[in-house]
Amino acid sequence: MIALLRRDLRLAVRAGGGFGLGLAFFLIVIVLVPFGVGPEGAVLARIAPGMLWVAALLAALLSLDRIFALDQEDGSLPLLATSPLPLEAVALAKGVAHWLTTGLPLTLAAPGLGVLLNLAPGAYGWLVLSLALGTPALSMIGTFGAALTVGIRRGGLLMSLLVLPLYVPVLIFSAEVVRRGAEGMAVATPLAMLGGVTAGCLAALPFATAAALRINLR
Amino acid sequence: MSFWEYANPKKFMVTTAPVLPWLFAAAGVALVTGLVWGFFFTPEEARQGSTVKIIYLHVPSAMMAINAWVMMLVASLIWLVRRHHVSALAARAAGPVGMVMTLIALATGAIWGQPMWGTWWVWDPRLTSFLILFLFYLGYIALWEAIDDPDTAADLTAVLCIVGSVFAVLSRYAVNFWNQGLHQGASLSMDKQENVANVFYIPLLVSIAGFVLLFLSLVILRTRTEIRVRRIRALEARAQQGEGRA
Repeated sequence: MIALLRRDLRLAVRAGGGFGLGLAFFLIVIVLVPFGVGPEGAVLARIAPGMLWVAALLAALLSLDRIFALDQEDGSLPLLATSPLPLEAVALAKGVAHWLTTGLPLTLAAPGLGVLLNLAPGAYGWLVLSLALGTPALSMIGTFGAALTVGIRRGGLLMSLLVLPLYVPVLIFSAEVVRRGAEGMAVATPLAMLGGVTAGCLAALPFATAAALRINLR
Repeated sequence: MSFWEYANPKKFMVTTAPVLPWLFAAAGVALVTGLVWGFFFTPEEARQGSTVKIIYLHVPSAMMAINAWVMMLVASLIWLVRRHHVSALAARAAGPVGMVMTLIALATGAIWGQPMWGTWWVWDPRLTSFLILFLFYLGYIALWEAIDDPDTAADLTAVLCIVGSVFAVLSRYAVNFWNQGLHQGASLSMDKQENVANVFYIPLLVSIAGFVLLFLSLVILRTRTEIRVRRIRALEARAQQGEGRA
């Protein structure tokens, strides 16, 4: 499992494209927001938590279709399926690898982009915390979506349609954490809910992902 | 004689063929009775005037939108566990019907909301979760359409339906948490105190019965169509094989 993780990380870093692309996309979306809504600081500060989260979510969506598609093309996916490693563990490793190459960089880059959107000073910590807690769930849900659509040619658009509605609870709770943090209110409730959603996704979704993979490889 | 015998496609076709016209007729009678009664023979509500009458479309369609998804979930589970093809095809057949029910509920709600709330749309928990439900239906139907192999499609959509159900319930509570609502509470419940007054209640029950019957008839009709499509495909494949041999 560790070996698979390291292989995926190496591929992501060395093959180029996917790794920096998500971050660049995140940056561009955030830069576009002020052009759309105007440069007033008060307006930007009000929408900053939500915009940062929506942009991070779309950036995480970008690299999803490479999770299984490349392995499917070069034939390593059937090999992985026949290896002694259970397919559930493969699914989990794929999700973790996706998080390390997408969710983690987004989390680290988010405070810098918060400055661009005039985010309230009290909210930076909550922004990083909510991203750190929420993006693993995004990766796991995305891995499930990628497994569902791995057999379909040009399935990227369909995958967005399947995955984005599943992102709703994560987005609601985490944007709420940042919003409440920005206004100085108590954040314990949405934070606990977000943690619960993520823990549930990490625990249960690898099984659904593995089931989808098995069906596709039949 | 067990319930599962009806999972045999042939048995299903033979049994539903004579029942279907009666089901459609019953649905028509119940719908016409409920709607005509509701629209023309009930008093106008004191504060809402005649706009209250949209309840006879709105509440039944909203109920069926949710129940259709539940039916798809049950049918998907049956397909995954017992591998009855009719079950998978019934789930597929219910998808578009449920989506249209969701659309009717959203549209009638908007038409009612404009004069009453002064807006077509608010981000109220109930409205928002229905919009999310609509997106789930879209994804489900799109996945069915995208996959060529029928068994793979049935399996994958069943998995999606199960995972989607969990997330749909989760979204419902997340949305409740996210925004306070404008929408009134349940119009119907087992607790008589909360119900709407009897003059509205009885025609409403009749139109709900009409919607249920209509849903059943449409799903059975569409399932029959799907079974026939399968048969035609199988015949075509056999004919091609025959040509290859000759």
